[in-house]
Amino acid sequence: MNQNDLAGIASHTKQTDSNYDHIIKVCVAAGCLSANAEQVKTQLESEVKQRGLENCCKVKGVGCMGLCAAGPLVAADTNEKMFQAVTAADAAAIIDNVVDNKPVPHHIVMDSKLDFFTGQTKVVLENSGEIDPERIEDYIANDGYEALFHVITKLKPLGVIEQITKSGLRGRGGAGFPTGLKWTTVFKASGPRKYVICNADEGDPGAFMDRSVIESDPHRVLEGMAIAAYAVGATRGFVYCRAEYPLAVKRMRVAIRQAENNGLLGMNIGDTHFDFRVEVRLGAGAFVCGEETALIASIEGGRGTPRPRPPFPAQEGLWGAPTLINNVETFANIPPIIRRGGDWFASIGTEKSKGTKVFALAGRVNNTGLIEVPMGMTLREIIFKLGGGIPEGRRFKAVQSGGPSGGCVPEAHLDIPVDYDSLAGVGSIMGSGGLIVMDETSCMVDVARFFMDFCMSESCGKCVPCRVGTTQMHNILERITEGKAGGHDLELLQRLTGMVKAASLCGLGQTAPNPTLTTLRYFMDEYRAHIDEGCCPAGICHPAKIEVEEEVSA
Amino acid sequence: MLPTAKTISPPAEDKRWRIIDGMMRRHGHEPYALIEVLHTIQETFGFLTDDSLKYVAASLRVPASKVYGVATFYHFFTMKPPGEHTCVVCTGTACYIKGAPMLLNAVREVAGIKQGETTNDGQLSLLTARCLGSCGLAPAVVFDGQVAGKITTESIKLRVRAYLQAERKALVAEEQI
Repeated sequence: MNQNDLAGIASHTKQTDSNYDHIIKVCVAAGCLSANAEQVKTQLESEVKQRGLENCCKVKGVGCMGLCAAGPLVAADTNEKMFQAVTAADAAAIIDNVVDNKPVPHHIVMDSKLDFFTGQTKVVLENSGEIDPERIEDYIANDGYEALFHVITKLKPLGVIEQITKSGLRGRGGAGFPTGLKWTTVFKASGPRKYVICNADEGDPGAFMDRSVIESDPHRVLEGMAIAAYAVGATRGFVYCRAEYPLAVKRMRVAIRQAENNGLLGMNIGDTHFDFRVEVRLGAGAFVCGEETALIASIEGGRGTPRPRPPFPAQEGLWGAPTLINNVETFANIPPIIRRGGDWFASIGTEKSKGTKVFALAGRVNNTGLIEVPMGMTLREIIFKLGGGIPEGRRFKAVQSGGPSGGCVPEAHLDIPVDYDSLAGVGSIMGSGGLIVMDETSCMVDVARFFMDFCMSESCGKCVPCRVGTTQMHNILERITEGKAGGHDLELLQRLTGMVKAASLCGLGQTAPNPTLTTLRYFMDEYRAHIDEGCCPAGICHPAKIEVEEEVSA
Repeated sequence: MLPTAKTISPPAEDKRWRIIDGMMRRHGHEPYALIEVLHTIQETFGFLTDDSLKYVAASLRVPASKVYGVATFYHFFTMKPPGEHTCVVCTGTACYIKGAPMLLNAVREVAGIKQGETTNDGQLSLLTARCLGSCGLAPAVVFDGQVAGKITTESIKLRVRAYLQAERKALVAEEQI
């Protein structure tokens, strides 16, 4: 395939779509599928067929539209009309509404002008909810693979890296390492072979950005990987994806096959000398495999245990060869940066954190789902404007970012701009983008215990500070929640957090104390209440008490 | 001479081993294919047995200790046979905040099993997942491979009772015959 063929596919697909008066999009990402979106789609299709509207109405499955809480979602006519919580029984009414403008039941109408939708800036998710993730033609019609062709025919590897460096893009996996610098290191490393790995092992509980990006727009990730491979000189790539995400794995495999069949992956891509093959490798449920060296060990077929760095994977990675590892969202940012230039990307965001960030909003918040906002938006805006605030009139208590490696940010810090540095300033991290909102029904000591329980069982066991330290911290936290702790326990806990942070081998141990540290810092009164007064202000830690209260209210 | 895959025969006369052999062949019996092969075995047979691990070790020329190490390191692999039905409660952060522990208690109340256990009649296994990525629908539960969102203690009890009763009904029907 060459550039003309690509343009041909794009214009043909656009032409075919423009023949329809109405395109009805049904979300078929995992969230809506579990709410029976497939049945809704089938029913809509049969309704269209029954009425003989096949030539003017097209029903298509699309990726995530974002507002998972209201799924299954259906949208029509460039999203002017949106429907929520649709069932198969609503199909007829929706077709009536779309074709003849007849009214639909009020409860399924979704306001497309909600802050949740209008407050977003979409770069990574620009195709999510718009294109059919299982059709490469849909991606190509939306400027897909244009950036790859531009790169392999017009730019030198250093020219590509220059654009990425100029964009100021930082790794979206959590640590925020400058992407351009990483690419440069792999480019400069010498070796007969080099590899590109896409880290899709989204083990962070409460985060589902990567799953959604792959399920909604897998070709974007492949295109980003291919551009990276060209820039650093790699010929083979791997997508390391969680086995817990069967749909994402399936769609990624479909996408790879389609790209290969169209000559966009494989040998002599775009009739040039550039070769790049991609394979999917399944994770097997180990959080530590998100760490670069553990991930490499896992792809090599072993236990996912990290090793000391340096040498960094950029110098000695998979099978000893220089290896570039980036997160799904990082790769998804690459095609738009190449298409529109590094300067364009750098114009979005804050001084040190450029571009947009996808967040998975979950927990005690009205609009749970996926959002993409420019860096620098405040947490308050994200939670109360886009997220629609806390349900049932309860009070906000904290928002947890960065999962087990992050921290809990209290109300006092809600007005900080969200970027890598501000979040680090309040003791949390940007992380991969999970935001869990908690209200007064959550006990912060219990939350700290929950995360420590997670880190304890996910610790790979290789280094002592992490293996033993997390267990000891967990024991103390459990004692506190059970009301069995003494005054010296807090001091011991604090000392342990510092020790584990400083002495652990990899990121898992080094960040495991963060949820405990931030809750100690901002919610000391809750710890004190457990230890001194033997009570849990949120009523979580003493199940007996909850039962009594429930009986009274009943 | 190193043993080749052809000289080693599968642990049992079962056609399904052809799937596993095919998977190993596709990777050229390279040791790095270990995790992929274990995935295939679990997909095919539902769980990993000692015999299957030994067979893989010999076929890929990987020490049996390493195969066992990998199989037990990763949470996704199980060496216990699952029950007829499985109920996987997500215990990710969002689900935890929204009451996943209550769901586990509810199942314990009805079926008398804790997480990781199977009922005595082998009808139902209760498992937990770290995070399904369905946080927007928290709390989420996977019933027999189907993700269901916004589960309440009532709805999970209803489902579990249905699983258990279906078995009892079948037993009664068998006895009557």
